[in-house]
Formats: sequence, C-alpha cells, structure tokens
Amino acid sequence: MNQLQNLTKGFFKENPILVLVLGTCPTLATSSSALNGMGMGIATTFVLIGSNVVISLLSNVIPDKVRIPAFIVVIASFVTVVDLVMQAFVPALYEALGIFIPLIVVNCIVLGRAEAYASKNSVFSSFIDGLGMGLGFTMALGILGAFRELVGSGSILGHKFISGDGVLVFILAPGAFWALGYLIALINRIKRS
Amino acid sequence: MAKTESTFKNMVLSLTLISLGASACLGFVYELTKEPIALSVLNKKLDAIRQVVPEFTNNPNEEMYRLPTGEGDSLDIYPAKKDGQIVGYAVSTYSKTAFSGNISLMAGFKPDGTILNIKVLEQKETPGLGTKMTEHGFKDQFNNKNPAQFHLKVKKDGGQVDAITAATISSRAFCDAVQRAYNTLQKGGQK
Repeated sequence: MNQLQNLTKGFFKENPILVLVLGTCPTLATSSSALNGMGMGIATTFVLIGSNVVISLLSNVIPDKVRIPAFIVVIASFVTVVDLVMQAFVPALYEALGIFIPLIVVNCIVLGRAEAYASKNSVFSSFIDGLGMGLGFTMALGILGAFRELVGSGSILGHKFISGDGVLVFILAPGAFWALGYLIALINRIKRS
Repeated sequence: MAKTESTFKNMVLSLTLISLGASACLGFVYELTKEPIALSVLNKKLDAIRQVVPEFTNNPNEEMYRLPTGEGDSLDIYPAKKDGQIVGYAVSTYSKTAFSGNISLMAGFKPDGTILNIKVLEQKETPGLGTKMTEHGFKDQFNNKNPAQFHLKVKKDGGQVDAITAATISSRAFCDAVQRAYNTLQKGGQK
C-alpha cells in the first residue's frame, strides 16, 4: 500500500468511527457542536500521531508480554501533554471538552492503532497512519457535530440563525445515537453501491 | 535490531525506562505550561469579576477575603472599589444541588445587596437544557433585584424566578447559589 492510500484510508475505507466503530464514547459525548467535535478530533489526532511514532520507534525494545502497559504509558503521557497545553492556551475549548480530554487515554482508536499498526510498521508509515486516522476521526466528529448543532440548536459553528430552540433531542445523548446510526447507514449505503 | 525477549529483567527494565522517559517529558511540559495556566485562571477570574460589578480601580483579587457561609465552609468575596469607595462585591458562590455535579457562579452585588449581574463560572448541566443558565434570557432576570424583596425561588416553589423550561433542577440550583452568596454577604457584614 502506498503512503497516499495509507493516509486516505482513515477518511473512508477504514474511518475509525463510521467503519471501524471505535471510540464511540467520546464521539457521542463531544459531538454536540461542530467546534467541540473538531477540537476533540484535533486533540485525538495529536495523540494518535505522537503515540504511533513513539511506539513504532520503541516496538523492538518493548518485550511482547509488557507491550500493553508500555503503550498505555506512552499514550497517557501524550494525553497529559495535550491536556496541559490546551488548559494553558485554549482554556475555552478545554472547558467545553472537560473530562473527555483525559479520557482520550482509553480511546480504543489510539490503543488500536498502536497495537494493530504502529508496533508492526515503520516510523514514517505509522506517522501517516496516525495522521490519516486522526483526520478521519476529526472529519466524522465534525460532520456529526455540525449536524447535531444545526438540528439541535439551529446554529452553525456557534452562529445562531434561527431564534429559539431546535430539536433539543439532537443535543442530548439519544440524538447522538440516532445521528451516528444514520451516518453509518449512509456510509454503508454509499460503500455498497 | 532483534526483538527484545520477554524475560523478567527485560520487562522490568523496559517499563522502568519508558516510565522514566515519560515522566521527564511530562515534567518539562508541566514547567512550560505552569505559568500560562495560572495566568489564564487568573484572567478568567478577573474577567468574571469585571462582568458582574461596576468599574473598579483596585485589585479585587488581592483584596479578596473569605466569609463563612454557616454551612461549614466559606465563600470568596472580591470587593470592588473605585477611588477607595466600595462600589460592589463579587462573590464566588456555588451550589451542590445542580442536575450534574456542582455549579459555581460569580455573583455581583451592590453594597445594599441588590444583584448587579451573575456569571456562571462552571457547570456540567445537560447541554441545551440546564446550560441555558449561562444565557441572558435566564440569568438577566436577577439583575437589579434585591433578594430582600425578590423571592429567590422558582415559581413552582412559590418564588418569583422563571425557571428554565425542562431544567427546573438547574434553575433551583442557580437560585440556591445566589441565595447563598447573598446570605453570606449580608451576615458576614461588609468591610
């Protein structure tokens, strides 16, 4: 597989949310608006790239039997870095995302890519894989967030264009499940034809 | 390079080294972000104070004092002075009866106890429902009301506050927090 395919597989063919359906917990929780969704996506992308690169660098040094704890230490470090940096420089977004930043540690996508890809491939391929997967995740969160924000509160990127409430349920958890479900159905439909 | 074998020595060694490396990196980033974080927390506080009291010339953060609430803890009071004259008090207050987690507010009072403005500092309420407490439609109804005459309870409970639709618990918590700030300030006397 060439690097371009490696980069783009995260968007459509192996999109972490829409096809692999990994990391749905932060997806459902943080996609209540487009900006939150994309902020979460970018934070996760950073962690994915960092952990993929470091893990593929260390993959020969880490004995097999302790690879999971070693991966988790690396991932948790990157998440803490993101956490501190966001707190320092984008406090508003940090507050909006709240607990879901530290929870990137247990996001299945990050550990999944470390285990399934980075530990078996070269540093550069792992970097591209992390970038592609992260951007695919960001894209899916952005679409989901934009849709929920549009229907749920009648605004686009925080700019309200209809007064009053939208369909409130789309801001809440059940709406997140509906929106995600229909988005996955749509992707499957497109893939089949 | 050959794969390291899973012997006891290798496992302990590699995990120790990785953890050491990770903690060194984290220590570095922590040092780097310590000041910006402290600064952004302080700015947020000053910003909130500025929004809830009239213009002031002193530094309310340095003149902050604590008053007991009568419930075993205390609230931070930030006096706002203009040319030495008290123009208002910003009270950092909280409520534990919110729908999810605690809420904390910055409430501004005139020296006579009239509410000037309220800013929500922290809340984890339901998005789209309880989060409306941060919007003008709800919180502005408290402005220029004196809790001595204005009954700080939602209408359902016999008060005068219009609750947020479908978020009565959040509205109650909001009233609870404002009432706590008012009581503390009145009881504690003013400096």
